Amino acid sequence: MFDPKAIRKDFPILARTVHGKPLVYLDNAATSQKPRQVIQTLVECYEMYNSNVHRGVHTLSMEATERYETARQKAADFIKSPAPEGVIFVRNTTEAINLVASAWATDNVGRGDEIVVSEMEHHSNLVPWQKVAAQKGAHLKLLPATDDGVIDVTALDTVITPRTKLVSVVHVSNVTGAVNPVKEIGRRAHQVGALFMLDGAQSVPHMPVDVQDLDCDFLAFSGHKMMAPPGIGVLYARLSVLEKMEPFLRGGEMVREVWYDHATWNDLPNKFEAGTPNFTDAVALGAAIDYLNALGMDAVRQHEVELGAYALKAFAQLEEVDVLGPKDARQRAGLVTFTAGDIHPHDLGTFLDHEGIAIRTGHHCVMPYHRKLGLVATGRASFYVYNTNDEVDLLVQSLKNALAYFAHAS
Amino acid sequence: MLPNDLDELYKEVILDHYRNPRNAQRLDDAHVKAHGFNPFCGDEVDLQLRLNGDGAIREVGFQGRGCSISQASASLLTEELKGKTLAQTEALRQAFRRMMMGERLTDEERESLGGLEVLAGVRQFPVRIKCALLVFSALEDGIKEHRGRKR
Repeated sequence: MFDPKAIRKDFPILARTVHGKPLVYLDNAATSQKPRQVIQTLVECYEMYNSNVHRGVHTLSMEATERYETARQKAADFIKSPAPEGVIFVRNTTEAINLVASAWATDNVGRGDEIVVSEMEHHSNLVPWQKVAAQKGAHLKLLPATDDGVIDVTALDTVITPRTKLVSVVHVSNVTGAVNPVKEIGRRAHQVGALFMLDGAQSVPHMPVDVQDLDCDFLAFSGHKMMAPPGIGVLYARLSVLEKMEPFLRGGEMVREVWYDHATWNDLPNKFEAGTPNFTDAVALGAAIDYLNALGMDAVRQHEVELGAYALKAFAQLEEVDVLGPKDARQRAGLVTFTAGDIHPHDLGTFLDHEGIAIRTGHHCVMPYHRKLGLVATGRASFYVYNTNDEVDLLVQSLKNALAYFAHAS
Repeated sequence: MLPNDLDELYKEVILDHYRNPRNAQRLDDAHVKAHGFNPFCGDEVDLQLRLNGDGAIREVGFQGRGCSISQASASLLTEELKGKTLAQTEALRQAFRRMMMGERLTDEERESLGGLEVLAGVRQFPVRIKCALLVFSALEDGIKEHRGRKR
């Protein structure tokens, strides 16, 4: 039985107050809170076996290495990677995408080639490709979004062409909340011989994600949005693709043999993990994955669909509030982006903060899409396993209060 | 009920200036043109100043969109500018910035702020100080540009 009230007890921070009110944390799409189990894993690492991985022959180094590689296996199993070597530890989704934009694109994108992303990409899946396009003389093309804020599959055949080398799209939009039709997009990408990459920052923490079923060549995600610390993330890549790629960063650990004038590369995945990796946080990511697996990702998804549906229904009662994205909660993740009358999101954010409610306000690192919608900034409430209907009620009540507060001056 | 410090931020005067910005006109042949934009939240302000022969500000125009603090701050400023020289404007900007930083102001400085003093409560909200300062940094740039042109 999935019980968010019981789950809350594992998250020490949820017991604190903000401005004298119980914390209502609804900014999970920005970063998630951490359960005691993850925090304890970090403490244990520093107290029991901290040492550098893959280097020493002493006991501590062997223990650290074993735990680091176990974490890799857990991450691989979590996304159904056929092999642990397909999991490269990076800092976050942004670094994962930059790794591909650097190490892969350098040798695989040429003049006149095309890279395809969507209109609703986070800056992290747009700006790196702008650079590739400019350097290589390639074209950066956009898949349009429907009015519902979903990538428009009717445009696939015209936007993705035989000149397309890579299609990289956001799996779940951090603005519209849409779960994009990525299998169809991937099929079209492979049909023209392009590779297919997914930004899984908002999907992997919240729903079952299976790289074999999705048939993606790359998948990027961040640990901090799934109960792990910031500074650890994953680039999954298909082994056949990784094997042909040149390294990203060069230095220690990623080499096999080094001479003064040249070097040869280590095996996967070490070839892509130059320097001392963030093994501590990787192990904590493993603990976060254990925690999520114990809840069951199907149950996590179900909880968030229900919470999202509850929120959508409540928001629909507020005349001044407009919600972005699909109307059907099953087509979206547990996040609701909205505008509230003519209250500027930052005024709203400050007001809600005084009620103990944390939401995100701004453009959510998706400036071009906001501009396209004619919006500068929006508010966003995003849910996770520990959020409850009661918290949605508090949000809605506070929204009503805010609308009244900012209206009485007019 | 609403917490008092929130009312300290959102004083009636501030909300009034937000709703009904003063000097909301565009001056086409202005001597000083200032544009401020905060990409983080999209707040935007545009100021135009027309000067007298003796260098004092004769007319002020203001357009903008954004949060109540950025817009009220700009609107309040327009009411303080008329009759001031650019040097006095610079002193006003410094005084306002010092108020936002929580520094102790001289009586003279406090007086120069005039109606802008209602924004003192913003300093309790560190993330919103930038909103209040937007129009001032725009004005600083605009004056620099104007002086550069004159030279």
